Amino acid sequence: MSTETDRRLLLIGPQDNCLIVCAPLAAGESVLVEGVPVTLPQAVAIGHKLARTAIATGQKVLRYGAIIGSATQPIAQGEHIHTHNLASDYLPTYTLEEGQSYVHQH
Amino acid sequence: MSTNTERAAPLQGWLRSDGRKGIRNVVAVAYLVECAHFVASEITQHFRGQPVHLIGFPGCYPNAYADKVMRQLATHPNVGAVLLVSLGCESFDKRGLETHIADTDRPVHTLTIQDKGGTRSTIAQGVEWVQWAVEQLAEQPRVAMQWDELVVATICGGSDGTSGITANPAVGRAFDRLIDEGAACIFEETGELVGCEFHMKRRAATPELGDEIVRTVAKAARYYATLGHGSFAPGNADGGLTTQEEKSLGAYAKSGDSQIVGLIKPGDVPPTGGLYLLDVVPDGEVRFGFPNISDNAEIVELMACGAHITLFTTGRGSVVGSAIAPVIKICANPQTYARLAEDMDVNAGRLLNGEATLDELGAEIVTLVHEVANGAPSKSEALGHQEFILTYKQFEPLGPACLPIRGV
Repeated sequence: MSTETDRRLLLIGPQDNCLIVCAPLAAGESVLVEGVPVTLPQAVAIGHKLARTAIATGQKVLRYGAIIGSATQPIAQGEHIHTHNLASDYLPTYTLEEGQSYVHQH
Repeated sequence: MSTNTERAAPLQGWLRSDGRKGIRNVVAVAYLVECAHFVASEITQHFRGQPVHLIGFPGCYPNAYADKVMRQLATHPNVGAVLLVSLGCESFDKRGLETHIADTDRPVHTLTIQDKGGTRSTIAQGVEWVQWAVEQLAEQPRVAMQWDELVVATICGGSDGTSGITANPAVGRAFDRLIDEGAACIFEETGELVGCEFHMKRRAATPELGDEIVRTVAKAARYYATLGHGSFAPGNADGGLTTQEEKSLGAYAKSGDSQIVGLIKPGDVPPTGGLYLLDVVPDGEVRFGFPNISDNAEIVELMACGAHITLFTTGRGSVVGSAIAPVIKICANPQTYARLAEDMDVNAGRLLNGEATLDELGAEIVTLVHEVANGAPSKSEALGHQEFILTYKQFEPLGPACLPIRGV
């Protein structure tokens, strides 16, 4: 079985379950993740992450061979990993996206 | 590679009375309260393009940390002379600062606006004194300087998902080489090292120092948790970073692979060569707000530790430089580099499409450090950037385990 991965997706640590996007990927594009073709529902920018494998809710996400947080919902292989499905184990992440309050409301 | 060439080419610097050497010979104009900022700024405006830099502290209340940082900056090896600009009624210990500077044989002069006839008169007297000081400094000769007399710092700003795989590890490689040459290198922002503490502990020169590092990061995590906000900006998330620990791990790559020989606080000068961690998070209960309200506050603290040059990695694209000590910009993201090339010294994003290796980028950074140390302006320096910010903090003195390897 082929385990080939698109050359634009970088695996940093051998145990990592995410891949780093090294060139802009367009919506509708098909990329190979460990031999599995995945069609991207949206464009993904440089520096963002795709799931190398399927990740269950609560499972740790690894980058550099180290934990960068826990999945907050099931993540499919090749799916974009970001604030919608991954949370810090230390401190909350604030963004300017809709529904995410940047300034903490007391 | 070119290691031998670099070793053969000596640096040139200005010798100071404490034995340190500067790579620039700047007149610092320092305001001692925000009320004197404008007058001090107007004085420096007369010297655009000349080595006259504006620094200062805006607060009217006394603060031991600000006092220490201002003393260290006014006697930074890159500073040759200092003009202090006071309003007159602020609580900053200007006489103490003036005496501290004079004791180092640097020309120093204090102008108190309330005694000098006001804005216009003080500016005129300040311009006259700075003109004199610039001429004095231009006469001072440079002497040979070795790599082991250089202090190089690193900071990241506007990080994205590429920072941790291109620019930051490239700086880590450069740090390893600079440390091999005997230089002192400083990395910092313990709030951006949350999640890396046990890895750092394993790199510490002694087990006691390792324990101090773990305690320091725990303090940072607690401090930020109390403030309800990590060291994480919306632009970090736009750039693909999702969590504080992901940002931390990427930032941590700047430290390279060398042993960590000491833990210092703002204003502490590394006693030897080697790799130092700067603890920037205040001690005690949370007060005065966020530890560093923006990147330049960290650069100021690194300079207060004697840093001659700051290596600034950026993914989203920061354009800042600094007063007193040059900033070299290492851009992590190739798309950002294409947009902001005029502000960037190194395009580390070349790694992503296979145009450069980490070792090549590390060597390129070391060469650039050498050139900038010998007087070539960095991009931000040539553009005239002189950002500066100093705010309130409080620190306890260093613990006994923090500097296991002291200089002889």
